Parts: sequence; structure tokens; C-alpha cells
Amino acid sequence: MDMPQANPAVLSRKAELVAALHGLLPGDAVIWQEEALRAYECDALTAYRCPPLVAVLPRSTEEVAAVLRLCHSMGVPVVPRGSGTSLAGGALPTADCVILGVARMNGVLETDYDNRFIRVQSGRTNLSVTGAVEADGFFYAPDPSSQLACAIAGNIAMNSGGAHCLKYGVTTNNLLGVTMVTMAGEVLEIGGPWLDAGGLDLLGVICGSEGQLGVVTEATLRILPKPEGALPVLMGFDANEVAGECVSDIIKAGLLPVAIEFMDRPCIEATEAFAKAGYPMCEALLIVEVEGSRAEIDEQIARIREIAMRHNPVEFREAADEDQARRIWLGRKSAFGAMGQINDYMCLDGTIPVSSLPHVLRRIGEMSAEFGLDVANVFHAGDGNMHPLILFDANKPGDLERCEAFGAEILKLCVEVGGCLTGEHGVGIEKRDLMTAQYAPDDLEAQLRIKDVFDPEWLLNPAKVFPLHVTASRRAA
Amino acid sequence: MRPANEAELAEAVRAANGPLRISGGGTRGIGLASGEALATGGLSGIRLYEPGALTLVAGAGTPLAEVEAALAAEGQRLAFEPPDLRGLLGRDGQSTLGGVAAANASGPRRVQAGACRDSMIGLRFVDGSGTVIANGGRVMKNVTGYDLVKLLAGSHGTLGVLTELAFKLQARPEAEATLICRGQGAEAGIAALTAALGTPFDISGAAWLDAGATGADARTQVRVEGLAASVAYRAGRLRDGVLRNFDIVEGEASAALWREVRDVTPFAGRAGAVWRLSVTPTLAAGVVAAIRAAGHDDLAAIHDWGGGLIWLLLPVAGDAESGDAGAGAVRDAVAQRGGHATLMRGPAGIAAFPPQPPALAAIEAGLRARFDPRGILNTGLMG
Ligand SMILES: Cc1cc2nc3c(=O)[nH]c(=O)nc-3n(C[C@H](O)[C@H](O)[C@H](O)COP(=O)(O)OP(=O)(O)OC[C@H]3O[C@@H](n4cnc5c(N)ncnc54)[C@H](O)[C@@H]3O)c2cc1C
Repeated sequence: MDMPQANPAVLSRKAELVAALHGLLPGDAVIWQEEALRAYECDALTAYRCPPLVAVLPRSTEEVAAVLRLCHSMGVPVVPRGSGTSLAGGALPTADCVILGVARMNGVLETDYDNRFIRVQSGRTNLSVTGAVEADGFFYAPDPSSQLACAIAGNIAMNSGGAHCLKYGVTTNNLLGVTMVTMAGEVLEIGGPWLDAGGLDLLGVICGSEGQLGVVTEATLRILPKPEGALPVLMGFDANEVAGECVSDIIKAGLLPVAIEFMDRPCIEATEAFAKAGYPMCEALLIVEVEGSRAEIDEQIARIREIAMRHNPVEFREAADEDQARRIWLGRKSAFGAMGQINDYMCLDGTIPVSSLPHVLRRIGEMSAEFGLDVANVFHAGDGNMHPLILFDANKPGDLERCEAFGAEILKLCVEVGGCLTGEHGVGIEKRDLMTAQYAPDDLEAQLRIKDVFDPEWLLNPAKVFPLHVTASRRAA
Repeated sequence: MRPANEAELAEAVRAANGPLRISGGGTRGIGLASGEALATGGLSGIRLYEPGALTLVAGAGTPLAEVEAALAAEGQRLAFEPPDLRGLLGRDGQSTLGGVAAANASGPRRVQAGACRDSMIGLRFVDGSGTVIANGGRVMKNVTGYDLVKLLAGSHGTLGVLTELAFKLQARPEAEATLICRGQGAEAGIAALTAALGTPFDISGAAWLDAGATGADARTQVRVEGLAASVAYRAGRLRDGVLRNFDIVEGEASAALWREVRDVTPFAGRAGAVWRLSVTPTLAAGVVAAIRAAGHDDLAAIHDWGGGLIWLLLPVAGDAESGDAGAGAVRDAVAQRGGHATLMRGPAGIAAFPPQPPALAAIEAGLRARFDPRGILNTGLMG
């Protein structure tokens, strides 16, 4: 993975930079010693590491603006950071950058149940947003599996999804407003507690821009009343195709489950060995969750059962109570952890049209044999967002490279069948060089124009999202 | 000009030597745009429809009616309930999918299912230099690169001419019911909407219409949709709880109530300026009261989206060509409480779109300069 050469002019001014930062922030908010900087050398894409020049942990929008003004004037690149759980290397530093971490900005600024919003500082973790309103019967819908750790800042930057986005949408559908500081240090207020900001939809383009347009310091988020209840059902099938057809039939029948999750045999076997959730051994397993009152849940499950039965499931298991529900989710929720126990793995994130599912799974199986690496598939079946986990051995020379090559082929396949490179994890550095597989030069150029407007000097997280050769002239200017 | 396909359209934009006024069906354009007409009607047709994946791709010139009919045949629909504003704006002709997207036109279900932009998953457009650009795709989850789909939604043709659109769809529910109450004042009516939206009963519409709008008693209405038994259950719980003593109407009678709100039918054919405001719901009654107090006591109001979307009819102000359409009063009231206001129908001299704060205006100007360097697309419409 190429990263741009660190700028020697910036490296040589470290002492000056640190001194200036100390003038703007309290002492403990400026981290410059080598050992301490190690904590910021990578995100959850741990194969790539590089300690930053300096890291800062401001506590307010004003402090963020002051830091950005300074870095802007000195020509120092800035990489914003939430909790560092990005799987795409979105928060990976360069040696000449300042990591601007928002982790200390984690307060709740306002909760308003009548208007159904909460305003938080962006470093607040996803789960603790729901935590702040839960006792009053509300929740924040987007729920990435990393929700205990990941910050709203990272969620906005990556437009993160979650298990329940089939019904409630992803971050962009639940974001009402932001306070964002541009690289030049200007504070922008966009949107608010009302719906659909006036003027151009800047909020829509900021969400998912991977920390390249500005540093988000505060966010207004839509909150919703908690449903009366929710229960999952589990069903097993003896072929991926059949499970795929069943998903399609559930959708066509007009049922709107909150989640439809899919696991294939390798994934079931690994999670069984690890979590012992009592899953049936079969080729494909679906977990479908529905919401409502007890009677509403029962009716939806009855209809789902009727549809499933037409596909001869090898198993159809309903959760009679909370405990059984927990057991049904247990295996799915520990899938990544289970994989981590037996192997190193790389988690992909492409999306495909749901109708291409059987074809894509068959091709992945064939490629798995060609590359000599095993794959386990777990994914959000309702919306076609796949998470193939490629298993490899980091200690074996060449395995990581083979794994990356295999991953790239899978993502290209996703694009080929009409899908995309990433459904929720973002491009970061990981999929940067594949962007040309999905976008024509003019399509990419149109995206670069946006960055030109927000950050004309290309100082904010500049080596991400776009292939380096595409952005070279802009970064050099 | 009426190009027959995307390539011809791109060529027409490249060759243009003056401003272009872009129109789909010409049924919902607002404000002032001058220049040679460029119609997208030739870019028509559904290119892909997969009911099992809830996705549709169609040319931007495809009539909305054609799309809705194709979806209805499979028991599906556009979740955001696009308004038909022909009556309100006094237009005829065929509304197109491109026009809906360019206006981010969203109806009552916005509160539950999101706006038009939330259902848009991909598009193709021609920018002001005649370059064809694609973004997004045909899958529901996609974070690959910047989201230009959202940026173009609601850009009213000022950043590019839409040529193709992809939408995610929704299944039509088995049943719907509306809880309705007559005679509540603005404060009480909007408080009822707020209370309903705070329940777990998955409200898909929440509106209050004043007496000036209904021509009779004010009306509070709240909608639930879904499986028949579930609709009955939730309507019952609402009536036993926060919407005590509301009446329940079902089926077509319920649907008719929402078409009226969606299309702003009560203001169709009535003289006056029409404004569309988006504000914080619990501040909405205050916003309207302030506008009344500023010399517009004869106004009529429809509050959708739990109160926060306000359609205002200002009878006298907007009628005369010389009037200011109440712009001073409306924009002041909104500026003090947050939100934005758009003049949907009124005298030609008044800017339709809300002025943006300087920092955002500069960014918008920067975006326009890059997507439309010659400034020929719906010139001056949004800023
Ligand atoms: C075990 C595991 C499970 C996961 N499950 C999911 C899942 O289900 N769904 C999903 O979508 N993702 C998932 N992820 C990925 C990851 O958690 C998300 O991308 C998350 O949103 C990142 O948040 P963060 O705060 O950790 O951001 P970081 O990793 O710190 O940063 C992510 C990106 O955001 C930018 N950024 C950070 N802060 C700001 C700011 N203040 N302003 C502007 N830009 C900023 C960074 O520059 C970077 O580009 C998972 C990750 C792990 C490790």
C-alpha cells in the first residue's frame, strides 16, 4: 500500500508545531512523544501502521478551529479521528500529519423528545447516544456492530450502517445537522432540528466524505421511539440459492423485517465451534428479525414461516422469549470474533444486487480454490451488503498479499454484477486503488471537485478515498 | 430543445451558448430561470425494475405516472410519496421522475420513510460543461466515494441535468388508517401530532390543517400503515391513548385525506402567495403566529411532518405583481427560530429560494462554479 512521501519541510518544523499547539490547547491535549503516538499509528485495519507527527485531543469546536487554522497556515496535513475502528484505514496517519482526535468531545448538548432529536459532540460513541435516551423510550437507529466503541464522528464520515438499517436506514438517513470546521478553520452550521436543510444538500455530501471535507464537531441526530418488542427467527437451507430466493420472496411479500442476516456453511461452522449457539449445520442460514407488539410479531413470523416453508427449510426456529432470541443472535454477533480465533481474516464489504447472490457466492467459492484461501460469508441479505471474510495467516510470507489480491477480485466482481466496492465501511486506503473499477475518470473528477471547494489545499486526510495518481497534482499544488 | 438520449443532451449542453432552462414535465419548477428550454422528456423509460430487490432505474424524463403504475402492478411504490403540485402551481402536463428528484419532492411519509433523497440510490447527469457523470448505483447500501446523489437531489437543475435515476422502493402496505379530529387549535393540534410521533406505533403521516385551509373546522390527522391487524391494533392503541376521541377512517377515505395534504389541494386555485417552510415542529405554531402578527392575519396554514413542514397561503400579498409575497415577514419569522422558507408560488420579482448564511453561500457558489463553470444551468435560480 503506497502512501505519499512525508513532506520534509513539515517534518523539520515539528518542534515549532508542537510549541504552537501548546499555545492553543491544554498540555495534556497535545501528544508528541514517540511512545505515546503509537496509540494513533493505525485504526482497525491493523496491517498498516504509521505514527503521526503529533496528535491533539481538543475539547471544543473553538479548539478544533484553532488547531485547524494553525495547521492550515503551516501547511500541515490533518487526519481526523474518532475511535479508530475504521476497517478501511480511513484514520491511518501519515508521518507528517496531525491526528485530530475528537474522543474527548463526548458530551450530550441537547435532547428534545418532542422534536425527536439529540445534539451531541461528535466524539460520543454510537451506543452511548442510544444510552442517553433509552430510559425515556427512545433510540438512535444506526447500529454498527462496533457501536460500543465507534464514535458518531466516524459514523458520519463513513456513513455507517448497522444490522437494522433495512428498516431505519444508515447514518445519512438519520442525520439532521452538523457543526463542521473546515481546514481553513471556518465553523459551518449545516441543518438543524428541522427536516431537509435549505439550499443544496451539503449535509448529504458531508456524510460519507471520510473526513476529507471538514472536521465534524457536533451532530444533530434523529431519535425514534423504541418499538414495543422485537424477535428473530432462524432458518436453515440446504443451498445458498434457496436462501437467496427466500429473502427475495419475503421482500416481495411486503413484509419489512428490521434485519435479514445471512451466513454460509464455513461461517456457521466457525461460529458454532466458537460460540456454541446451537445453529443447525447447513449450507445457508438466515436470521430475520421483526418488530412490534407481541401480536404483530406473531403475525409477521407466521407469514415469514409460510414463505420459508415453500423453500423446504432444514430448520425453522422461532424465539419464544428474550433468552432464545439472544441465542439466535449469539452466533451472528460473534461471527467476526470466531473468525479471529481460528485465523487472521480480512473483512470485505461490497454490495451486490440481491438477485446476483447465488452467482456471486458460486464465483467466490471458485476463486477461493484458485487463491487457496478459505472464505466465510456473513452478510446483510436484505440489502445485498456482503461481508466475505477471507482467512489467511499473517505470519506466512505472501499470504497477506494473496489475500488482498483475492479481496480485490471479489470487489471487482461486486462491481461487475451491478454493485459497489463498499456498502458501509468506506474506501479509506483499503479500496482507494479500486475506485477506477467502479468509476470512470469523469465520475472521479466530479468527486474531486467537491474536495477542491471545501479544502482547496488538499490538507485534510488527503491520501484516502481516491487513487494517489488521480490526486497527485492536487496534493502537490 | 428536446434531446432523445443522454448523448444528445450532453451535446446540446456543450453546444449551448447561453442559459438553459431545464424542464422535466414543467409541472413543479419554481422561481425564475430564464434561457432556452431544455426538456428531458425524451429520456424516458424504465430501464430496470427488480421487485425482489426493491429497486428501479429509469430515465429522468420518465413520467411519474408511468413509474407509479408499474410499481403498483407489483404492489410496490415510492416510499416518499411524491406530491403532485400541478393544481397548486396551476400547471398541466406530465410530472417526470427527474423533476421529482431535482426538487427532492417529498410528501407526508417523509416523517417515517425519509425524503426523496433518502430513496435515491444512484444517478447519471450532465454537468454544465456537457460532461456525463455517474454516481451511486442500483444497490441500497453504497458508500463508495462521495455521495453526489444527495447533492444533486434538490439542486433544481443548477448543478447538472439529470438523465437517469435509481430508486429504492417500498412494498405497498396491506392497510392504512387515519385518526382524525376536528376543531383543535394550532397548539393543541400540533401537540397531538407530537404525542403520536412519540409513541412506538410507527406513524407514517402527521398533519394539522387550519380552518382557513379546510374551509370548515381545523383538522388533525395521523396515519398508520401496515398489515391489517397491526394497523387496527396501533390505531386502537392511539385512540385509547394520546389521540383520545379521534375518529378512525380507513382505506380510500384515509388515502384521500393524505392526497389532499400531499398535493396542498386546499390552496389550489386560491389567489395568493404560497410558501413552504421547514422548521422545528414545536416552534411551528409560533412561526405562523409571528407571520400573522406581521400583517398577514388572513393567512391559511397546513402543517405536515408533525407540524414542521408548513404550507402557507398569503392571500393578498402574493396576488399583486408588485407585492412582496410576505417575504419579509416569512423570512424574519424563520430566521428567528431556525429553518428555511421557499416561495412556491408568487410574484416574479421575489427570490424563491432562501438566502444562505455567507459561509454556506460561498461553498454553494464554489460548487456551482465547478459543476457549471459557464453558469448556464437554470441560471440564478438558487443563488
Ligand atoms: C469489529 C468491527 C465491527 C464493525 N461493524 C461495522 C458495521 O456493522 N457497520 C459499519 O458501517 N461499520 C462497521 N465497522 C467499521 C467502523 O466501526 C465504522 O466505520 C465507524 O463508523 C468508524 O468510527 P470511528 O469513530 O472508529 O472512526 P475512525 O476509525 O476514527 O475514523 C473513520 C473515518 O472517519 C474520519 N473521521 C473521524 N472523526 C472525524 C471527524 N470528527 N470529522 C470528520 N471526519 C472524521 C476519519 O478521518 C476516518 O476517515 C466495524 C468495525 C469493527 C472493528
